[in-house]
Amino acid sequence: MTIARVVGTVVSSVKIPALEGTKILVVQPLAPDGSPAGRTLLAVDTVQSGAGDAVLVLDEGNSSRMILGNPDAPVRTVIVGIVDEVRTGGVA
Amino acid sequence: MRLARVIGSVACTRKEDSLEGVKLLLLRAVDERLAEYGESFAACDTVRAGTGDLVMFEAGREAAMALDNQFNPSDATVLGIVDRVDA
Repeated sequence: MTIARVVGTVVSSVKIPALEGTKILVVQPLAPDGSPAGRTLLAVDTVQSGAGDAVLVLDEGNSSRMILGNPDAPVRTVIVGIVDEVRTGGVA
Repeated sequence: MRLARVIGSVACTRKEDSLEGVKLLLLRAVDERLAEYGESFAACDTVRAGTGDLVMFEAGREAAMALDNQFNPSDATVLGIVDRVDA
């Protein structure tokens, strides 16, 4: 999974049946310091996240299909959590 | 998935049997501000997209899963036509 920032929403009226009724968001992967890292992706939202949220993004097909409950969905990227806080370094 | 702009179509008279009847498009990926980047590539169509359309596509194994016959060699398939991106 990767940590990303929700930076936009996608409006699509013509799409494959597996994507009907899903919310598709534009996510920007982040480096540990919170800076953008790499190109944006489109992800199916399952946790009611919104623009500006830091989220946990799953980018693996089999797991995504399990979460969506559709073994035939050609979907690979799913938002599976809203990140409250990330800590790096320091001692326990 | 990623965003892309349809910049053309591809016609193949002879092709792999599993791709018979599948329309091929020429795409170029775009970012959230709709600026094109990277090389253009061919993708299978499932939503009757046309040149100029903004689309979302999936690459990798999921590209093949999107077609009716799942045993096909597609590595990029268009899954939807995008009306608008609010970024």
